[in-house]
Amino acid sequence: MGEAKFELNEVTLKRPGRNTAGNVTTVIILNRITTSFLKGKITAVLGPSGSGKSSLLRLLNRLEDPAAGRITLDGQDLKGLNIFTLRQRVGMVWQLPTLFPGTVLENISFGPRLRGISLSRARAKELILMVGLGTELLDRRADSLSIGQQQRVSLARTLANEPEVLLLDEPTSALDPTAAANILHLMVDLKSRLGLTIIFVTHILDQARQVADEVLFLHHGEIVEAAPAQQFFTAPQDPRSRLFLSGQLEG
Amino acid sequence: MQYINIGYGNLLLALILVGITLAVSLWQRLDLHGDLFIGTLRTFIQLTAVGYLLQVIFNLNRWYLVILALGIMLLVAAANAYRRQQERWPGLFFIMLLAIALGGIITLAIVIGIVLKVKPWYQPQYIIPIAGMIVGNAMIGAALAINRLTGEIKAHRGEIEAALSLGATAYLAVLPYLRSALRAAMLPTISTMMTVGIVQLPGMMSGQIIAGASPAAAVRYQVVVTYMVAAATALTTIMATLLAYRYYFTPNHQLKPPAQNNKT
Repeated sequence: MGEAKFELNEVTLKRPGRNTAGNVTTVIILNRITTSFLKGKITAVLGPSGSGKSSLLRLLNRLEDPAAGRITLDGQDLKGLNIFTLRQRVGMVWQLPTLFPGTVLENISFGPRLRGISLSRARAKELILMVGLGTELLDRRADSLSIGQQQRVSLARTLANEPEVLLLDEPTSALDPTAAANILHLMVDLKSRLGLTIIFVTHILDQARQVADEVLFLHHGEIVEAAPAQQFFTAPQDPRSRLFLSGQLEG
Repeated sequence: MQYINIGYGNLLLALILVGITLAVSLWQRLDLHGDLFIGTLRTFIQLTAVGYLLQVIFNLNRWYLVILALGIMLLVAAANAYRRQQERWPGLFFIMLLAIALGGIITLAIVIGIVLKVKPWYQPQYIIPIAGMIVGNAMIGAALAINRLTGEIKAHRGEIEAALSLGATAYLAVLPYLRSALRAAMLPTISTMMTVGIVQLPGMMSGQIIAGASPAAAVRYQVVVTYMVAAATALTTIMATLLAYRYYFTPNHQLKPPAQNNKT
């Protein structure tokens, strides 16, 4: 066992929603989650849609707060940390690119500028190369790029904050297979070169097999299995894991 | 100059105009004759009632009656701006009221106290119609701005959360959408400023001319009124949006989940 970056203790997330009769009520999204994410490792969060994977990521940089339970980063309660510092340390990239109007350079400079740091052009070039794009894109309007390019700019924008943790929510779902493979390589690269802790949500088992060190398998807002990737894929312990691996588990 | 007084006989003759509208509605089967009938009646009753009320305020000429009239104006305007919203929440009415009241009163004070130098300030002849124009425009501006802000936040949750996740405050994350809401609310006023006098003659100026004022004098009034409407709209909409955006965020700079509107 390595050192834990994030630890979750009995974390429950509730949200307003509708029950089957269509009435407004409180829905339990995550139910008493207790687990940890290892430092410097890639953890794949797996599960059928609606299992609470994305919601789990949202808790880690406090886009939402749990109704109950405790989350710590390097042993410190998230609620005790300055929220802006926390969000700078824990970067997030979504399923679809969410670039702001303006140029690629303006997008990449957004995070540092919030802290009063003006990102140098040299550093911007470094970042854009790191995500596998050409430096000539820096002055292009963000919305003139392809979705695949935009997704990589989103990643560069998050990396400009120099985060310790990267949260990726199905980062390849809008990409073609080549672009998706590049993002996966990049994840491994970022882990080994910068020592980033990476938590990524995916529904593609092959991606998890390729890059994950650890697997967290969720179903209906509860943890079914948390195990080293090797063990999860070769000798899953829970019957639901076995069903999921054979593609037979529904949400 | 001569000023033709409109008596009740003349009013009856004006029903010819309603007849034309009715004919169009019936001929093209617009099915508007019911609404037209009620609208015709309401126009007459409401305006007559307001006329009598104003007559009383004018005759008594007391500052507290003027304040009372302004207060009612503000309440009605806030209720109207609130009712026009696609998404209503507790507190929004008071935000509308506060924004329209502050934006309106500041503008009114400048026009009455500094530009026109009305003495005493509460002379109903000036303050009532001017406040009416200010509050009416502030109301439309506030309604437009908040509707736009709600729509923008709904449509751009992804960008707003991306900005938050990078460490932006709620204010910075929502700023582009505050701006577009303000622009949307200000634009009609600004475009009126561009075409006023060329495309249309404003109602107030036309009224003054009919009442016997020289066109030159009426125009100077209209210029002041146009500037004043722009200022009132700007002040009210900026206050309304700055107060309203907070509702969509928690104190921890988190965008609240989308509203779960009850089945209607």
